[in-house]
Amino acid sequence: MSYKNHPLPPFALSLSKGRSFFRKKGKASTGSARTVLGALFFVLSTPAFTQSLAITGATLAIGDGSEPIRNGTVLISAGKVTAAGAGIAVPPGTKTIDAGGKWVTPGLVSGYSRVGLVEVPAVNETNDASARSPFSAAIDVAPAINPLANPIAISRTAGITRAVVVPSTGTGIFAGQGAVVDLGADMNAITRARAFQYVELGEEGAKDAGGSRPAAILTFKTMLREAQAFAKAPASYDGRSKDALLNRVDAEALVPVVTGAMPLMVHVESARDIVTVLSLRQDFPALKIIIAGAAEGWMVAPQIAAAKVPVIAGGLDDLPSSFEKLAATQSNVGRMVKAGVAVSMGLMDRDEGLQLRLATQQAGNMVALNKVQGATGLSWGQALRTISSAPAEAMGLGDRIGSLKVGRAGDVVLWDGDPLEMTSAPIAVWIDGVPQPIDNRQTKLRDRYATPSEGALPKAYEW
Amino acid sequence: MNRGMRILLIAALLASAATPAGAKKEKDAPAPTQGSSAEPDNPYPSTYKAYPGVATAIRGATIFDGEGGRIDNGVIFLSDGKVTAIGGPDTPIPADIAVFDGTGKYVTPGVIDIHSHLGDYPSPSVDALSDGNEATAPVTAHVWAEHSVWPQDAGFGRALANGGVTSLQILPGSANLFGGRSVTLKNVPARTMQGMKFPGAPYGLKMACGENPKRVYGSKGREPSTRMGNMAVNRQTWIKARDYQKKRAAGKDQTRDLGMETLADVLEGKILVHNHCYRADEMANVIDMGKEFGYKVTAFHHAVEAYKIADLLRDNGICSALWGDWYGFKMEAYDGIRENIPLVHRAGACTIVHSDDENGIQRLNQEAAKALGAGRRMGIAIADEVAWTWLAINPARAMGIADQTGSLKVGKMADVVLWNGNPFSTYTRPEKVWIDGALLYDSANPKLRPVSDFELGQIGAGDVK
Repeated sequence: MSYKNHPLPPFALSLSKGRSFFRKKGKASTGSARTVLGALFFVLSTPAFTQSLAITGATLAIGDGSEPIRNGTVLISAGKVTAAGAGIAVPPGTKTIDAGGKWVTPGLVSGYSRVGLVEVPAVNETNDASARSPFSAAIDVAPAINPLANPIAISRTAGITRAVVVPSTGTGIFAGQGAVVDLGADMNAITRARAFQYVELGEEGAKDAGGSRPAAILTFKTMLREAQAFAKAPASYDGRSKDALLNRVDAEALVPVVTGAMPLMVHVESARDIVTVLSLRQDFPALKIIIAGAAEGWMVAPQIAAAKVPVIAGGLDDLPSSFEKLAATQSNVGRMVKAGVAVSMGLMDRDEGLQLRLATQQAGNMVALNKVQGATGLSWGQALRTISSAPAEAMGLGDRIGSLKVGRAGDVVLWDGDPLEMTSAPIAVWIDGVPQPIDNRQTKLRDRYATPSEGALPKAYEW
Repeated sequence: MNRGMRILLIAALLASAATPAGAKKEKDAPAPTQGSSAEPDNPYPSTYKAYPGVATAIRGATIFDGEGGRIDNGVIFLSDGKVTAIGGPDTPIPADIAVFDGTGKYVTPGVIDIHSHLGDYPSPSVDALSDGNEATAPVTAHVWAEHSVWPQDAGFGRALANGGVTSLQILPGSANLFGGRSVTLKNVPARTMQGMKFPGAPYGLKMACGENPKRVYGSKGREPSTRMGNMAVNRQTWIKARDYQKKRAAGKDQTRDLGMETLADVLEGKILVHNHCYRADEMANVIDMGKEFGYKVTAFHHAVEAYKIADLLRDNGICSALWGDWYGFKMEAYDGIRENIPLVHRAGACTIVHSDDENGIQRLNQEAAKALGAGRRMGIAIADEVAWTWLAINPARAMGIADQTGSLKVGKMADVVLWNGNPFSTYTRPEKVWIDGALLYDSANPKLRPVSDFELGQIGAGDVK
């Protein structure tokens, strides 16, 4: 719950590198771009957190599903959005950046990721996504999030400012408690620890439960009943008996799930499994369900909408890559949104720790579908919403992050073009109103090898 | 005609390849009269035939010709399966033919993916269909990827409809140092692999550097378990292959060996080497190994560090087949950067965008756009039409099919995509795709999209995928 209040930490002095990058870019740029960059340089060189900031003349997207506004203004003060829209007056004395028509969006939110838990997925020592451990539901990813992981900086540089971090199962169907993090260049990454519990109840869940879906469902229900037993009489709960499925620590961790105090993110893909998950409330009425995956969600979209269950989908999932995804289609997200489901997008299946920047590609492709007969896409504003306010709302954080509505965190991205185009990139990123460095390990490799051959000294001296 | 084209192509390859003396003589001699190492010519021949098309013209589109040329307000005319005319607005086209208005739209040659596992790692991804890696020995030059290709992989249709992919090379996986032969396909649904096989395309050999072979075999307690082990096994294998090739060329008796036949064909320049390799230092070792044994790498695939040795790659005439922005998933991919493609391109080396992925193949144009944008931001000005060479003539050359497809030149296969906007925009999709002049995808016609046997009768079949 620590909503941070940070000055720039000492290591963020890498900002100086960011400035030199800006200067370099500024020289190569022309006209309004130079004005923007020059103003940015000024802002970045005086990074007092309390300073107010205005970005004017922007093509402004709020992130709530509305379409972009021409000549929009966003005001940030004390780390929060204080105004955003057209015709906003800038208080005298406010530092102002003229966007010159460029795009401004809220910082993007990845609805499903493992960022900060993983540096190199295939290098086990750097991969904290799962464990073969005596514990499952009680596992809490928050203390393991590494704000200095390179994928955090790489994602931030691409305009991702917050992410839902999901553990993966190691022992049994429950993976543990995920978090919502910010991707700021500081040591305080946690927006909300223990934001949800994660469980597998599709093909993966069947495997984790020993080989079948009935076994997974029975395991799930039995474990939740054990958590209820724990809640009733913690002292007398014996997690060590032969019949107990949960040890005391895991039982205690599932108590807020049964009471609805903690959301339960359930990974299922098939229409059948989605319906089964929605019916779990017959036994456990307080469950606050979030469905992750839902490749076949479009087939049962009215039921999902009626249950008011948010969905976090992998948006471009269009292949029958497993038997639980036989009806996968790129129209899945569009059709669910049309049916009234609150849909977010995230990275499912691969690269969850690394490629959060694919969010804009997922969203852009939803817009492209509108021109294909028989397909269902999203409007531009709706598409942006799936990677900004929708995941924030799914996490119960819609009043704090994910849009440029008044009172939300000052997470803002200024882009050099339409953010959903693959040729575009951020010019500047703010998190909680704090300007962020715009370089990372990849930009340094780029600069070192801008010419491949050695100069007067080996490449190792170019830094 | 297919057979005739194949013969022409072989002749062209022989003429252009730096083959050792004897190789040409061997091939020119009547094949069946040689010693016991005599090979049947083309034992799994293509049965692909172009589907019927109608004479078609597109007017008013922006055309990227695939070789770096651009025509604004252009005209292209397709007939008898070929490109028959291409030019500016005054290009004459016959009356009474189908004419599409291309205003605001773009025409390109069909996308060519040089690195795909469709068919050998198909959807659904279940063990029973997983046929891409013969991971039982580090040297499996004897396997042919075409014998694993399942034509009912729904991924082929998605690549056509969403990606405008008209030709693709299916490679064995990268578990092994010598993974086996690749096959090039036309992206046309068929009952058999032979029905998709690109007529006259040369074979490729898949090789792999680095982590995969050493991990797969090291974990079994076998050689190779290190990078030096990788190289040692490679070199020992090439020594045997050269011996086999010399005997074969001399017409001497030896028992046929499928793996050695493939490697001997590499040494004679008839089979093209496609080498999975990530790190700059390892690519440099492989380049030297090629010189040691007298063969040439056609393309390094993945090559996330190609940008570090772009000069070396240029000087050795080796293409790099690259991703737009995939990085970091394993140690040897740690230094991947978004500027890899533009940096290699700027150095003057041949650059290709590839997928290695059933999802990525649906959006290779967007992968190219990522590279284009990253390059422009660092001051590398590459025109859109030049960037399209990464998806067209460059992969066609590296697959040995550039005389037939890969650009919109008169006489070439009418493998064409009409895009509903600039194909480097995320908001753009293929509107129509022709393969050999046959219209096989039309975004406005829900019936004109392939439904594989696997999907037929399943929920969602016939849905716009």
